[in-house]
Amino acid sequence: MARRYSMVAAFAGLVVAIQVATYLAGAPYHLTQLTMTAYYSLLIVGLCMLIGYAGQISLGHAGFFAIGGYVSAFLTTHDLAAHKGLRLVALLQKAGMLLERSDLYGGSHLVVHPWLACAAAVLLAVVIAYVVGGPVLKLRGHYLAMATLGFGIIIYRVALGTELLGAADGISEVPGFPLPFGLIISGNASVRVSNYYLAWGLVILGMVLLLNLIQSRVGRALSAVHGAEDAAGAIGIPTARYKLNTFVLSAAFASVAGVFLTHYNGGIGPSEASVMKSVRYVAIVAIGGMANLWGALLMSLVLNYLSLRGYFGTFDDAVFGVILILIMLFAPDGLLRRHILADLKRLASGGASDEEAA
Amino acid sequence: MRRVGTVILGLLLAAAMAFPAAAAETIKIGAILSVTGPASFLGAPEAKTLEMQVADVNRKGGILGRKVELIVKDSGASPEKAFSFAKQLIEEEKVFAIIGPSTSGETMKIKGLAEEGKTILMSCAAAEVIVNPVAKYVFKTPQKDSDAVIMIFQQMKKMKISKIGVVSSNTGFGGAGKAQIEALAPKHGITIVANEVYDKAASDLTAEVTKLKAANVEAVINWSIEPAQAIVIKNARQIGLKVPIFQSHGFGNIKYVDAAGEAAEGVMFPAGRLLVADQLPKDHPQRALLLQYKKDYQSYCQGEECSTFGGHAFDAFIILQKAIEKAGSTDKEKVRTAIENLKGVVGTAGIFNFSPTDHNGLDIDAFVMLVVRNGKFTIL
Amino acid sequence: MAGVTYGTIYAIVAIGFNIIYNATGIINFAQGEFVMLGGMTAVTLSRFVPLPVAILGAVVLTTIVGAVIEIVFIRWLHRPSVLRMVIITIGISILIREIALHVWGESVRSLPYFTGTSVTSIRLGGVYISPQVLWAVGVGAVAVALLSAFFNLTMLGRQMRACSANRDAARLCGINAGNMVTLSFMISAAIGAIGGCVVCPITYVHYDSGTPLAIKGFTVAILGGLGNSTAAVGAGMILGILESFSIWVLPAAYKEAISIAILLLILFVRPSGIFGSAEAARLKEF
Repeated sequence: MARRYSMVAAFAGLVVAIQVATYLAGAPYHLTQLTMTAYYSLLIVGLCMLIGYAGQISLGHAGFFAIGGYVSAFLTTHDLAAHKGLRLVALLQKAGMLLERSDLYGGSHLVVHPWLACAAAVLLAVVIAYVVGGPVLKLRGHYLAMATLGFGIIIYRVALGTELLGAADGISEVPGFPLPFGLIISGNASVRVSNYYLAWGLVILGMVLLLNLIQSRVGRALSAVHGAEDAAGAIGIPTARYKLNTFVLSAAFASVAGVFLTHYNGGIGPSEASVMKSVRYVAIVAIGGMANLWGALLMSLVLNYLSLRGYFGTFDDAVFGVILILIMLFAPDGLLRRHILADLKRLASGGASDEEAA
Repeated sequence: MRRVGTVILGLLLAAAMAFPAAAAETIKIGAILSVTGPASFLGAPEAKTLEMQVADVNRKGGILGRKVELIVKDSGASPEKAFSFAKQLIEEEKVFAIIGPSTSGETMKIKGLAEEGKTILMSCAAAEVIVNPVAKYVFKTPQKDSDAVIMIFQQMKKMKISKIGVVSSNTGFGGAGKAQIEALAPKHGITIVANEVYDKAASDLTAEVTKLKAANVEAVINWSIEPAQAIVIKNARQIGLKVPIFQSHGFGNIKYVDAAGEAAEGVMFPAGRLLVADQLPKDHPQRALLLQYKKDYQSYCQGEECSTFGGHAFDAFIILQKAIEKAGSTDKEKVRTAIENLKGVVGTAGIFNFSPTDHNGLDIDAFVMLVVRNGKFTIL
Repeated sequence: MAGVTYGTIYAIVAIGFNIIYNATGIINFAQGEFVMLGGMTAVTLSRFVPLPVAILGAVVLTTIVGAVIEIVFIRWLHRPSVLRMVIITIGISILIREIALHVWGESVRSLPYFTGTSVTSIRLGGVYISPQVLWAVGVGAVAVALLSAFFNLTMLGRQMRACSANRDAARLCGINAGNMVTLSFMISAAIGAIGGCVVCPITYVHYDSGTPLAIKGFTVAILGGLGNSTAAVGAGMILGILESFSIWVLPAAYKEAISIAILLLILFVRPSGIFGSAEAARLKEF
């Protein structure tokens, strides 16, 4: 119990330390990529829960991220002024759920309030996850991998082929996401520090939720499902329901990440839904140690940050391909395994694998 | 676990220190290009062109006696990377200007950043929304899609064609062209009787052209930049659809003519003069520059033919160079104003005449109508 | 009729999937990359040597790549889990693609037509067909015939089938199961490369053209029932023709989404494939 929260506190400390370090080094601009990294990390810890604890692979999580991002981007940019006559639009306006907003050139648009858009986006992702998850999670092995991959491709194709969603160009000029106390989620340089803390705060919140879940009855049941599904079923654990709920939870994490990153970036394009993105998320979970939320989180922090900074140049995708192969060949349980702390204690010179990981 | 944190922190600090303030003399120019990924046919030649130009300028002593430092970032055509890199280039590298991105979608995502960061953005993407409405710091070098469409419609009028079929790919380029065709057709007395969008990776379009044939079209316009444009003509001829075929300026790559072989004969399309530089009259203002670029690019890239896309980056760099020389300084605001007042700059796409309301600077004269004869581009 | 060209290449990829699946129980997600490699290498070689030699060379080289992949990445793994193999082959496919990007660049290539030119067409019962389509279909048919002869009539082929039926029993009979697996990768790489060469004049080849083919090929393999190569040919044709008809009802941009939706439906409703038997599927390990 205590260890769980001491890890959270240590991580929060790391987040603060990084911010202070960038401030002292006079390089606050690193926070931009770190903030983007935070949102990807939110998706990754959700996916880690699904892969590592429920034992179900998903090669289509970029699809849920894109559903969140696209729905929110569409609703907050699509001008409803032409549909004022519709009863729904009038009703929403009366309820204060619509906003007048002016664009870069002084034109005025009537759009959905980001809060409502966010709720709609996450709700849609959850509903889709329920509908798709039911039959998909009945599959195993290759079939499961292929079905989730197929789901991701369908979302990608729909985003790419639908003109309302901007086809290949995606959606631009998405407004910031207003929060209470004058805070706003936006990529504007003036709110860089507050956005950094908001994003990582959200990740820590997500982590606390997942850690509690793992320690609960649900977590123990999941671990039984992962170990031996038939045995778990035999002792009366509703395996299908637990798997489905975890799938939906991770989809919700992905869609929330999609919503906020889209508002932060001010837009979204079909590349966010691409297969390569989904594969990359799985690669990060794998290197983090499959069933190790902290490992996945740290690896996500490092790898996403380096990728977003452009350190991999034209080898960006290749790096993740190589990581996948190496990890699966030599350390299929991941580099930062679940019991690595115990392993380290056993080894007198435990530092070696630590450095390797970083 | 905490040790991992320390290591990361150390790495971060090291990274931060790896970028000391640049020597005062260099002019930093950033480029965000899709060198890899789905738009690599744009970004790769653009990046090579810029590297070649910068090396050339530096060999000749730089601009205003100052060396140029080029920072190329490969966005792989993903907007989120374009966003991250634009922030990096503007806030951190404090670049003087950004060339690119290669695609319209990415350009639209970072347009606001360039405005906010007061950094000149020279986009290599075609969509008109980039410069219409005008944003203070945002310019673009490729010709207007609408001019290309008008050019085709004028040719159709000469050939007395009124019923056409349109096919386009599902990319930003295809979508923008399709929208212009749909918007401008009524004005030119042209009816679209069939309108098909295909996937950019399509490798057989027989079904699409069969649909056009069934609609009895008098001509076909295809709008895309992918290999599909060669496939369209091949498939059309294979099913016996013999009407004239028009292509967009995306067809300006001799590879596609080679790929389509005999089927490409007679295909007409509007394009910049780069492709037919050697056929231009001796006194044409663009001739010398175009031939030079062709020769330089080929020798720089070991024999690879240059395409019009690399030319967009070439133009962007030349415009920046001219504007800096004109302004006599690298003050962003002064150079920005200088660009708006540039007239008669000879580039690969045409002759640029900028103004505060026109941040593209090209008109319909930038295009010529070309036709494929004996496997070569010729002026119609 | 466009469906036939597509159908053939899908079937060829699906057969490649099946060969490896039968021998190892692995789905090789890098199967599409063999097609791309075959096409790319043939294009490069055709600059120096005559076309038939270039194609032969491409097939040999791709076969070697297939063998190397098996020896380096697969052979020494001890009873790997399905999930692990899926991820490894996905990684391999990314790696091959990225290497192709850095070797050949981003440009699109194609081979010349084997006979006639790009506008030649043969009229068959009211429809126009390019001779290259006949080449593709012909080569596809010959490949299937040869493979089935190989698996049923030759000693080596029978040994491979024995391994897929029961690895341990086959080993007890003195069959080197490891070599059989390598052989399956080689055959499947060769088939992919041949497919890549025959369709490349029509469809072109690009560093990125392997992955979509792998996904379609997998759809076809499932449609026909995993492991059943003859059914894969029929399934390939069905999918190709369905796709080319779908554009009369729906925007072509959704074409790929349609075929994947078909795949998902089949996975949900009848994972043994439309031609396969449910009992046989249940016996296989997933």
